[in-house]
Amino acid sequence: MNLLEKLDAAAAARKALLPDGVGAFGIPIEEVYSATEARIGDRRVLLLGTNNYLGLTFAPECIRAAHEAIDKEGTGTTGSRMANGSYFGHRALEREFADFYQCSSSIVFTTGYQANLGTISGLVGPGDTVLIDGDSHASIYDGCILSGADIIRFKHNDMADMEKRLRRLGDRVETTLIIAEGIYSMLGDQAPLAEIVKLKNTYGGTLLLDEAHSLGVLGETGQGLVEKTGLLQEVDFITGTFSKSLCSIGGYCVSNHPQLEQLRYVSHPYIFTASPSPATIASTRAALELLRKGSHLRKQLWRNCTQLYAQLKEAGYTLGPDPGPVIAAMLDTPQQALLLWQNLLEHNIYVNLILPPAAPEGKSLVRCSVNAAHTTEQIQYVGDTFAKLHSLVCE
Amino acid sequence: MTESNYDEIMTLLCDRLSSLTNSNVQITSETNLISQLSIDSIKLLNLIMEIEDTFDVSIPINALTDIQTVRELADLVHKIKSAS
Ligand SMILES: Cc1ncc(COP(=O)(O)O)c(C=O)c1O
Repeated sequence: MNLLEKLDAAAAARKALLPDGVGAFGIPIEEVYSATEARIGDRRVLLLGTNNYLGLTFAPECIRAAHEAIDKEGTGTTGSRMANGSYFGHRALEREFADFYQCSSSIVFTTGYQANLGTISGLVGPGDTVLIDGDSHASIYDGCILSGADIIRFKHNDMADMEKRLRRLGDRVETTLIIAEGIYSMLGDQAPLAEIVKLKNTYGGTLLLDEAHSLGVLGETGQGLVEKTGLLQEVDFITGTFSKSLCSIGGYCVSNHPQLEQLRYVSHPYIFTASPSPATIASTRAALELLRKGSHLRKQLWRNCTQLYAQLKEAGYTLGPDPGPVIAAMLDTPQQALLLWQNLLEHNIYVNLILPPAAPEGKSLVRCSVNAAHTTEQIQYVGDTFAKLHSLVCE
Repeated sequence: MTESNYDEIMTLLCDRLSSLTNSNVQITSETNLISQLSIDSIKLLNLIMEIEDTFDVSIPINALTDIQTVRELADLVHKIKSAS
């Protein structure tokens, strides 16, 4: 099989799952009306599959800041952070992230994906070890592969399995980076951070927590799981993204270890890419300010999460263990998931479809992401529609 | 780690593989896991987990990419066990 034939074989496998004409992946959004509504084809749909957790995509403060930055600094930096791409805004945003997490060091990356790639591959290398949760995001896996370190996984959120693997490492634990996520993107469940910290303190190792989905969502000021659990000081490195609750693109790493600064000189995903555009940085700074004082948004978000989680549970769907902004209905077969997804779209509801092998344990997922801008009526309608479709899909 | 441990690893691997695959292929140290037994990745990962517990080792997933035959898998487990 040559290279192109291999792609043809992969395309055939995909088409066997998804018949032609079903555009579940990369669905064309024609117009965006608000944080909760858009046009797909000729339908006005409710958006239940975005990561816009605080509903800030149209926040006037962020839009104004982005406009001003474009006018003053142009559309792009056209260069790396290492060369000509570190403007005042990039450095200011780093100071603001350090202040937000009460940390000494902070680095801004061009995407959250690169924040993980750059941080992991900057911290560990060949001969070192990464101990990661089996359900880790692809950016964590890719960062580990890029690093050349030995990759050892523990079963998702299984602390007995994690302990066993820490014990087996023996002295190698000294050069081991443990990685977990604040909220896992597939099922929306949270890492048992207190237990992870306890094991880390017993056996040793360095701990990195990816707060991509928990930033702005957990904790009084929105720091994430570290704030909810009061364990900020116990986590060595925190990474995260601007692409979810901050409604732009980019990523960060913060730490109290001054050595984080050295990553600027060794980390390829930081160096060999252009820095975020001035408008991106400006809207992110404005959004971070709104996020920090956004406890009313978090309250509304959690009200919506709890309502939808309860409605789907009541309707008989199998869900992840924790209610939260990511609510995934687990289905046994890809066909069931596809049927549910298509029917929801026919009811003008857009959610995410996740098929094996992307979903854990061979399941297929229909995943909702709830945000603070959804109204109670919108959530009620989504819950009612799921309930109406349950017998069609599950029986 | 002694020779008998190596034999133990090899025996366990062959036993588990023959029950996993239900095929008539006679499993030897040179049997190719992918092309001859067509083990899918989930089954292989489950088998790896069982081996990890039996021999109390962790096998890095990136070390598995080079593994083709039963012997190579046994060598890998043996090497990790010896180093621990
Ligand atoms: C857990 C996790 N980490 C990192 C990322 C990457 O973020 P970004 O979209 O900024 O590249 C994501 C995004 O999907 C994620 O879910």
